[in-house]
Amino acid sequence: MGEKIDPNLWSDGAQPHLIGGRLPSGQIVFPMPVGDAAEGVEPCKLSRRGKLWSWTSQGFLPKEPYEGPGSGPGEGPPDFVPFLLGYVELPGEVIVESRIVDARLEDLHLGMELDFCIVPFNARYDTFAFRPVAQARSEAA
Amino acid sequence: MSENVYIIGAGIHPFGRTDSRSGREQGVYAVREALTDAGLEWPDIECAYGGSAAAGNADIMVNELGLTSLPFTNVANGCATGGSALAASQQAIASGMYDLALAVGFDKHPRGAFNAKPSDYGLPEWYGQTGMMLTTQFFALKIQRYMQLHGISRTTLGRVAEKAFRNGTITPHAWRRSPVDLDTIMNAPMINDPLTKYMFCSPAEGAVALILASEKKMKELGADGVKIRAVAVKTRPPNSFEVFQAGISIEEGGKPTVLASQAAFEKAGIGPEDISVAQLQDTESGAEIMHMAENGFCKDGEQEEWLANGWTEIGGKLPVNTDGGCLACGEPIGASGLRQVYENVTQLRQRAGERQVPGKPRFGYSHVYGAPGLSGVAILERE
Repeated sequence: MGEKIDPNLWSDGAQPHLIGGRLPSGQIVFPMPVGDAAEGVEPCKLSRRGKLWSWTSQGFLPKEPYEGPGSGPGEGPPDFVPFLLGYVELPGEVIVESRIVDARLEDLHLGMELDFCIVPFNARYDTFAFRPVAQARSEAA
Repeated sequence: MSENVYIIGAGIHPFGRTDSRSGREQGVYAVREALTDAGLEWPDIECAYGGSAAAGNADIMVNELGLTSLPFTNVANGCATGGSALAASQQAIASGMYDLALAVGFDKHPRGAFNAKPSDYGLPEWYGQTGMMLTTQFFALKIQRYMQLHGISRTTLGRVAEKAFRNGTITPHAWRRSPVDLDTIMNAPMINDPLTKYMFCSPAEGAVALILASEKKMKELGADGVKIRAVAVKTRPPNSFEVFQAGISIEEGGKPTVLASQAAFEKAGIGPEDISVAQLQDTESGAEIMHMAENGFCKDGEQEEWLANGWTEIGGKLPVNTDGGCLACGEPIGASGLRQVYENVTQLRQRAGERQVPGKPRFGYSHVYGAPGLSGVAILERE
């Protein structure tokens, strides 16, 4: 396991959760606000299971501040690893933007069930992602 | 009580890449073109509003244009820089304070996708570090969901780009002047699924200047004016889905484009069916499709039929992006919104040459959208 890309982004433990914020109105937001904007906002653990709300692929090397493969010294577009990302609706909570892993673009569809997971991001950091539920089950088996 | 405001001069520096001129020099070029068009000299201009996103301050242009001591306000409003400059200069005249005002926008961006700093948008660093701080992803994510919900096909995305490049071939100020066929568009490298390379606009360079006048001044000058019937700029309402959002509300919120469009139509006292020609923000093919519905020109899903039947072509029932839009002209952020208005002025004056929409167009509609979720709409009228 690498370091967390942001220490306050998800909870520690065997079953990590993304950390959102509950506004005084009851509305849940993601990510948890910081600084003065956090006043009155209660950190809360978000659901580990959600439904795919939309998705896309990232086919080219992003510019700074991207720190993934291809962004290091002496690296370039040939070192970039394309990835999938999307929005995942956590029922009754909030829709979060996330990497999608262990899935093929052509298999993604609206409403598909996904589970939260932590994945390696670069040589130093881990980040969060969601993966199709069926696969998560088969890995556990 | 407010005064009627007219655009009596419109100037443009060709969009694309001009290595020999800075962004601001392109702005100065556009101002001189607009002055010539209006039959005016720089000292006639009483106040000015303008800016760029990446090419410096506009007020320095007085070095080249002349030190006339006019009040010159820099506008720094991202993608809405041009729209905000237009709104400010329109208000300056509508208030009765001035009779002649300038709105100018210019820009010059490096090649490749825009890169934005998370902190500039109130976002945590991890959002950029992990590769989510990309405007192209937002547009892909928005159209992907829209296609699933409303039955829009990939071919329709391709048709939008094909039309843009075709219109670009007959537009002198466009960057992309060669046609690109549907197969090439559809089979080009995927940037962010479902959008291929040819379905995205590219950061570019260019400049546009507009000279606004009171009705009294226009008549005094005998100028060829187009009336600004309505201008509306709106930022995002609660629970909306915009560019650069790590989290979205599960409640479906409003859209800044819908708000700006409704406000502009209400001010103008007309409806979408009255519009003769429209310039809609087409950062990518999907944006034009969604913006057709958000601006009230069709219902969600009807775009499939509209594009298949060519209804947004020059000569169709509602020509859209007659100069090829952002797809063919490229996107110099500070200039794009004013390019749309320039194109409508040209169309309404019936000076658009090969790309002129037929008949006598009366109402021209323009719509710009940008980060962090704002829209500007202008409705012009040929009286």
